[in-house]
Amino acid sequence: MIRDITLGQYYAADSVIHRLDPRTKLVGTLAYLIALFIFNNPYVFALAAFFLITLILLSHVPFRFILKGLKPILFLLLFTVIINMLFVKGTPLFSIWKITVTEEGVKQAVSMGGRLILLILGSNLMTLTTTPTRLTAGMEHLMRPLKLIGVPVHEIAMMMSIALRFIPILMEETDRIMKAQLARGADFESGNLFKKIRSFVPVLVPLFVSAFRRANDLAMAMEARCYHGGKGRTQYRPLRYTRRDAVAYLILILYLAAVFAAGKWLSELATPWFKEMIGYAGSVSVSMSEVY
Amino acid sequence: MEEYKLIADHLTYSYGKGSGRERKALDDVSFVLRKGEFVGLIGHTGSGKSTLVQQLNALLKPDSGTVFFEGADIFEKDYDRKALRGKVGLVFQYPEHQLFEETVFAEVCYGPKNIGMDRKATELAAYAAIKRVGLEDEVFDQPPFDLSGGQKRRVAIASVLAMKPEILILDEPAAGLDPAGRMDLLSMIRELKEKEGITILMVSHSMEDVAEMADRLMVMDRGKLVFDDSPAKVFSHVEELEEMGLAAPEMTYILRDLKAAGFDVDPSLITLKDARDTILRCMTGEKA
Ligand SMILES: Nc1ncnc2c1ncn2[C@@H]1O[C@H](COP(=O)(O)OP(=O)(O)O)[C@@H](O)[C@H]1O
Ligand SMILES: [Mg+2]
Repeated sequence: MIRDITLGQYYAADSVIHRLDPRTKLVGTLAYLIALFIFNNPYVFALAAFFLITLILLSHVPFRFILKGLKPILFLLLFTVIINMLFVKGTPLFSIWKITVTEEGVKQAVSMGGRLILLILGSNLMTLTTTPTRLTAGMEHLMRPLKLIGVPVHEIAMMMSIALRFIPILMEETDRIMKAQLARGADFESGNLFKKIRSFVPVLVPLFVSAFRRANDLAMAMEARCYHGGKGRTQYRPLRYTRRDAVAYLILILYLAAVFAAGKWLSELATPWFKEMIGYAGSVSVSMSEVY
Repeated sequence: MEEYKLIADHLTYSYGKGSGRERKALDDVSFVLRKGEFVGLIGHTGSGKSTLVQQLNALLKPDSGTVFFEGADIFEKDYDRKALRGKVGLVFQYPEHQLFEETVFAEVCYGPKNIGMDRKATELAAYAAIKRVGLEDEVFDQPPFDLSGGQKRRVAIASVLAMKPEILILDEPAAGLDPAGRMDLLSMIRELKEKEGITILMVSHSMEDVAEMADRLMVMDRGKLVFDDSPAKVFSHVEELEEMGLAAPEMTYILRDLKAAGFDVDPSLITLKDARDTILRCMTGEKA
């Protein structure tokens, strides 16, 4: 049940995407996300979708694994789309009963929904192809300049990697404790909300106790091996850029240039195309409502 | 006719279905538990023992096969599984990790309260269970977290016993205890069977723990049930057991060696006392 969340879940495969330096992937993902947010036109979305699909194909990660990442945000997605459709004011397109759907509303809904999907799938691809260890190593590297202004970069990275390491363990633990309490006749399903929340006390207390015990054990194990923070600490597998990464950066720059061009010069073209499509959908539903 | 309390019927289960990392934890396991029996379930770590016992009280649904308790299929749609969990009590491995109440007494009341006993019955059952596992009166009002490891485990076992189960399943009850604590706990479990007549299934990876107590041993290896027989018969398969990463009790090896050296001994003895007598007899020098 709780296992469904793809968080820090690595899909082991040997692909060119897996082998990229984590910094390349982090920078690439960040640039991809920003580009998605600066430009709001269908050409940019199409370009981003094409780019993403190519990368997914290259990564050898099956599509269904990537799509699984959408499950937790499905509700948010529907909510965004519906709210935008119903409440954005503008040129009316058609109306059913008291609800008026506007052209601006549909536009907004498609662009928000589309963006959200592209955003989640893009970042999912990164976490599926990079182990949590490499990911935090990459972040630590990229955030190094912040050390100059006193940010404890190493400590933050260490905390993140420990957290990522422990999330699956805690999930298993939750599963086990829930089962143990079920064996003692617990009931997590029936009753009103208040009763349901109360029924989780027997799960939460042991979970916290065990989390603290683990934290304590880990702290001692780290101290026993003379861990004393980031100062002078070297890495077992230092990050190294290769030619592959240079090529990747080049492709990224080309992609960004294409997005920029599409966003800037094609936006005028975009409106009529969009209108036509929406107009068609609108007329279909209007004629449907006439039938009833 | 013997009375079957519980029947496991061709149980099969895999973890991680649909994630690309599927692994079979149980492969076509069938057996019966008779009323009043003490059965030992043995297998090396990862052989599927814990997976199996979680299916016996419907915590885990098998991929195929089913379990019958007193003739009823426990995975039927409207079967009352909560009531079942009171009748088939399962004590998890390291049960002390599930304690959460403020006092030992409240902790032990949790189970019976959940299965719908009234207040008075709950308190009586809790009191009896705490005494049953050999805890002193002082601990009743103490927080369970303040107790020693062995005592915590007794509290956890009491919290299942308080539901008055007809079958008690213990998953590695002695794991991680010191030798004295281990002996104490095992003799307490033996008493449960002898004095209360509870049907017991005890999981262990150590032959020594169960050899003397069990009426019957079931041995698991990589998800399969390979032996289901009396302890003496099971121990006669020393080579197979060793291949599975298990071993027969020490005395079985000594008796076998004595027999090989030409003494008249029966290597299938399973109680320490018989073995000791035999070895002493050999030492006083009667060769066959
Ligand atoms: N929650 C789980 N998720 C995935 N695999 C599991 C889980 N629990 C057990 N397994 C796997 O199933 C197999 C059987 O485990 P288990 O029933 O715990 O064995 P045992 O109790 O005999 O040590 C092992 O290979 C184990 O790794
Ligand atoms: Mg186990």
